[in-house]
Amino acid sequence: MTREEQLQAFLARSPYLRFLGMTAELAGDEVTGVLPFSPHLIGNTLLPSLHGGVLGAFLETTALAQLALTQPADRRPRTLDITIEYLRPGRAMTTFARADLRKVGRRVANVQVEAWQESRSQPVAALRGHFMLGED
Amino acid sequence: MSEPSPNLEAAAAMATTVPQAAALGFSMVSAGDARGVMHVAWREDLTADAESGSLASGVVTSIIDHCCGMAITAARNQRLPTATLDLRIDFLRPAAPRSGVSVEAHCYAMTGSVAFVRAHAWDTDPADPIATAQAAFMLSGAPAPGTGAAG
Repeated sequence: MTREEQLQAFLARSPYLRFLGMTAELAGDEVTGVLPFSPHLIGNTLLPSLHGGVLGAFLETTALAQLALTQPADRRPRTLDITIEYLRPGRAMTTFARADLRKVGRRVANVQVEAWQESRSQPVAALRGHFMLGED
Repeated sequence: MSEPSPNLEAAAAMATTVPQAAALGFSMVSAGDARGVMHVAWREDLTADAESGSLASGVVTSIIDHCCGMAITAARNQRLPTATLDLRIDFLRPAAPRSGVSVEAHCYAMTGSVAFVRAHAWDTDPADPIATAQAAFMLSGAPAPGTGAAG
């Protein structure tokens, strides 16, 4: 399987990602998560802005996709803990995210992810998380 | 269920009027006393993958964030906008296959402009959580310090 096929297989396996409407693109071995705006993702109708849980799920999935792509198939990552920081309201437009694998150990990986909309220098949210690789 | 209170309607509305909450099918179980309990039923289109049949962690993240907001509404006796500052979630284990998830959140402290909330999520037994969480929220339209309804 090529990396592109691996990535598409990762996304297609999850009914929830279809619910979110999330896709992803590949540049070399780097995943960019793409979350097109959709009305059902709104958390605050006044602004309107994306739900905090949606941004968290999008960041987490981008980390999982990046890990899945760079690890052998028997090391399927599982989320241990995440800390989401909300920096700006996620507006009614497409959101992007990229993950930085800071440390990939034998059992646990530490990953940092940032999401942005119009400008990468103005992130809307960030995530730091630990992910279990393979069996606990 | 807790006693009916003036904030109950505002809290209940949170579970259904927010588009993301309605799309995921959240329902309020109880609200009051700076606490809220919310439930999301199992649905196949919300599972992490077809094989495991567990609700996706993203759904758990959304309902925890939302239920924390409801606990703040219960603590303030009114529904005013809040913005999540940070949210930490420990995923202790996946939810059981084909099981819904419940969350209880407690707004245990509040300053003039910030609320602190703890939450835990479970599938079948509240004493056997699937996730625990800690969050801080900015309050909009906050009353002057000392006049809040914090628990």
